[in-house]
Amino acid sequence: MSDRPADERVRDFREVDTGLTPDEAMEEAGRCLQCKKPGCVRGCPVGIDIPAFISEIAAGSFDRAAAIIRKDNILPAVCGRVCPQEVQCEGECILKGKEIPINIGGLERFAADWERIHAPALPETGKPTGKKVAVVGSGPAGLTAAFELKKRGHDVTMYESLHKAGGVLMYGIPSFRLPKEVVQAEIDQLRSMGVKIKLNHLAGNSVTVDELKKFDAVFIGTGAGLPFFMGIPGEQLAGVYSANEFLTRVNLMRADRFPETDTPVKRGSRVVVIGGGNVAMDAARVARRLGARVSLVYRRREEDFPARKAEVAHAKEEGIEFVLCANPVRILGEQCVTGVECIRMQMCDPDQSGRPEPVPVEESTFLIDADMCIEAIGQGPNPLLIRKLPGVEYGRKGNIIVADDGRSSLPGFYAGGDVATGAATVILAMGSAKNAAHAIDRFLRD
Amino acid sequence: MYRVEETKLLAERVYQIWVNAPHVARHARAGQFLIIRIDETGERIPLTISAVNGDTVRIIFMAVGKTTQQLATLNAGDAILDVAGPLGRPSEIQRYGTCVVIGGGVGIASTPIIAREAKEAGNYVIGIIGARNADLLILEDEMRTICDELFITTDDGSKGTHGFVSDVLKAELERRPVDCTWIIGPAIMMKVTSNVTRPYGVKTFVSLNPIMVDGTGMCGSCRVQVGGETKFACVDGPEFDAHQVDFDLLMQRQRIYTGEERESLEHYHRHDCRCGGDSHE
Ligand SMILES: Cc1cc2nc3c(=O)[nH]c(=O)nc-3n(C[C@H](O)[C@H](O)[C@H](O)COP(=O)(O)OP(=O)(O)OC[C@H]3O[C@@H](n4cnc5c(N)ncnc54)[C@H](O)[C@@H]3O)c2cc1C
Ligand SMILES: Cc1cc2nc3c(=O)[nH]c(=O)nc-3n(C[C@H](O)[C@H](O)[C@H](O)COP(=O)(O)OP(=O)(O)OC[C@H]3O[C@@H](n4cnc5c(N)ncnc54)[C@H](O)[C@@H]3O)c2cc1C
Ligand code: SF4
Ligand code: SF4
Ligand code: FES
Repeated sequence: MSDRPADERVRDFREVDTGLTPDEAMEEAGRCLQCKKPGCVRGCPVGIDIPAFISEIAAGSFDRAAAIIRKDNILPAVCGRVCPQEVQCEGECILKGKEIPINIGGLERFAADWERIHAPALPETGKPTGKKVAVVGSGPAGLTAAFELKKRGHDVTMYESLHKAGGVLMYGIPSFRLPKEVVQAEIDQLRSMGVKIKLNHLAGNSVTVDELKKFDAVFIGTGAGLPFFMGIPGEQLAGVYSANEFLTRVNLMRADRFPETDTPVKRGSRVVVIGGGNVAMDAARVARRLGARVSLVYRRREEDFPARKAEVAHAKEEGIEFVLCANPVRILGEQCVTGVECIRMQMCDPDQSGRPEPVPVEESTFLIDADMCIEAIGQGPNPLLIRKLPGVEYGRKGNIIVADDGRSSLPGFYAGGDVATGAATVILAMGSAKNAAHAIDRFLRD
Repeated sequence: MYRVEETKLLAERVYQIWVNAPHVARHARAGQFLIIRIDETGERIPLTISAVNGDTVRIIFMAVGKTTQQLATLNAGDAILDVAGPLGRPSEIQRYGTCVVIGGGVGIASTPIIAREAKEAGNYVIGIIGARNADLLILEDEMRTICDELFITTDDGSKGTHGFVSDVLKAELERRPVDCTWIIGPAIMMKVTSNVTRPYGVKTFVSLNPIMVDGTGMCGSCRVQVGGETKFACVDGPEFDAHQVDFDLLMQRQRIYTGEERESLEHYHRHDCRCGGDSHE
């Protein structure tokens, strides 16, 4: 493991995992069995030729390893860090049962970091086609779509409502898991390829649907940024945050450096975080770094956490207390939060997702003292633009309904990433965006 | 980077800036706002779009805290790093009949654009603008050219009617039928004034100003209670049916960062500003 010690890292926002050294990477790569029918590749949603890039690393040809990865993944330095490897590539590695699976994410990250620092790749762009494409949103889906379309010679304009491109990679995932310069390097590369990035442009408002229709095609990758609230009493109190707000204040606005920066955030001395996904883990660990004691309340069991296993382990090492099989029913306080009342949950028959359904145990409420509460119970697509698109079909949860190739019901409009799938993962957002970009390319060439 | 084209001091601590932001100017409608971030370490703050001219938009603000005080130091030719917008839903302008557009204090900034659109939609438009005293009254001439009738109030009687905008509103409601009102100003003024229209059953809009971050529906900082439901003011508003709004909660949530706001301002006056160190505002 290349993790910094927990007591040191909870005092700053620098990366927890310092990454592999070249020697460590070559040694780890040497363990790979170079399977003829590699399970790892099946487990990777974008089908990276994993044995091939690993063998290049073993041979010390890091640039060639990076080139192999890049054929299928334009954000390898990101995915190597944030993919849920244990249920994807590494989960299918043949060594999983016997010994430890190959650290595929770590190797991917190593090759990508090495390339960025030593030999930045200069992607080629195709002959201009004269076709104009708008990409809405600059998260992993938008970045991928823009890259694929520009590579094929289309004229790409990207609209982002925030003042920084990158989507969740910038405002959501904290720098101790994903340093912002890694994401910025990818965005700078898109710019140098000639993608026009229009920040501060809210599509639907700054650029209207009629203006979008003037493009030859439009890719929508607006994500799932709308935070859900539990709807319990006390949510309006000072000190109650959605995880989105809390993380945006810290990651995007750098409230951790207040008053050097102008955006404040409550620090809390005793923080309750509600949820069990990556977002909850991130919120808990950020609150910890701002100096609080943190309890994470989750209604199921530890094995049911949807978060990446590595982050659950990291959170634990950093002293986050897990309050499992419990659900908040009320946030207490006059003007500010003073506590969170929870109820115990019992695990019953599996629900639709196959996980046991948590059901409240009668008269089992208990109180956790707290001066701050962060809700990370999920988020859905932001309806702002979607509602303005005439005739676009969307599902019950507000997600744009798309065909296999990413086409929406509005001609010329494609969608991918969280706005189509609901909150998912970086790699799935990229995969669907790539798929849609290829469909747009075919559509534009017909 | 967005260029500041023109700046002007309108009243004590109230400033006007015209900033070049074509993407905002192109589609801005009455009732909408924008978000600025002055520089790399700056906060995102929302300000109403008060007028549009070609590629430029006008903002009018009171220098109350760190960001607005810093904004007040900008001159023509300076740049604002980020301007996002137009944000929020436009005012629900229709042909109502007789409309009253009311502004209190710096809230008057929002009134000309609404009054103008209401007028263009065929309404008879009555303006009521009020301030603590005559020196703090802004946009009088502009409102006079737009409105069919304009009333002025000051708390101290130094100009117009001695009293509050709510007093004049009440008198007008007694005098003639009114079909729609807009009330824009500090939360407490909107609360008090919208209570005046309630017994008359007059449609009443207020523009809510909770603390915001992104302004696009992504954080929930701006949540308000309207008709017992949680709404995000930046995307569901900022204008809402006044008679449904929980103003006390709005005011409570506006105070969340009082301590931090003071700290930020003190830090600013200690380190960055060039004003000689008055941090008592
Ligand atoms: C805190 C957090 C931690 C996570 N951790 C992980 C992890 O460890 N591993 C993993 O695989 N996944 C993780 N995820 C999920 C992953 O980040 C998302 O699935 C992924 O970012 C979705 O990509 P996207 O491009 O669809 O949307 P987003 O990344 O949400 O980007 C959408 C962009 O569109 C912009 N936008 C929205 N509406 C408009 C509009 N109308 N006009 C212009 N721009 C607009 C938004 O501002 C945003 O920048 C995490 C998510 C969060 C919130
Ligand atoms: C939709 C909308 C339109 C607005 N239009 C105008 C306008 O036209 N003219 C004008 O003078 N003011 C307007 N405001 C209020 C303006 O945004 C605040 O005065 C400004 O943010 C203060 O920043 P500061 O750093 O100078 O002061 P601070 O010291 O930070 O705060 C002073 C006051 O501003 C409020 N405030 C602080 N930060 C924010 C924030 N990020 N978002 C919203 N309110 C905040 C606080 O509740 C406090 O009461 C508007 C607010 C909203 C939500
Ligand atoms: S992209 Fe993700 S799943 Fe695929 S190899 Fe890399 S880390 Fe594994
Ligand atoms: S399954 Fe494991 S051992 Fe086999 S090729 Fe993939 S990484 Fe190597
Ligand atoms: S300001 Fe973030 S949701 Fe309204």
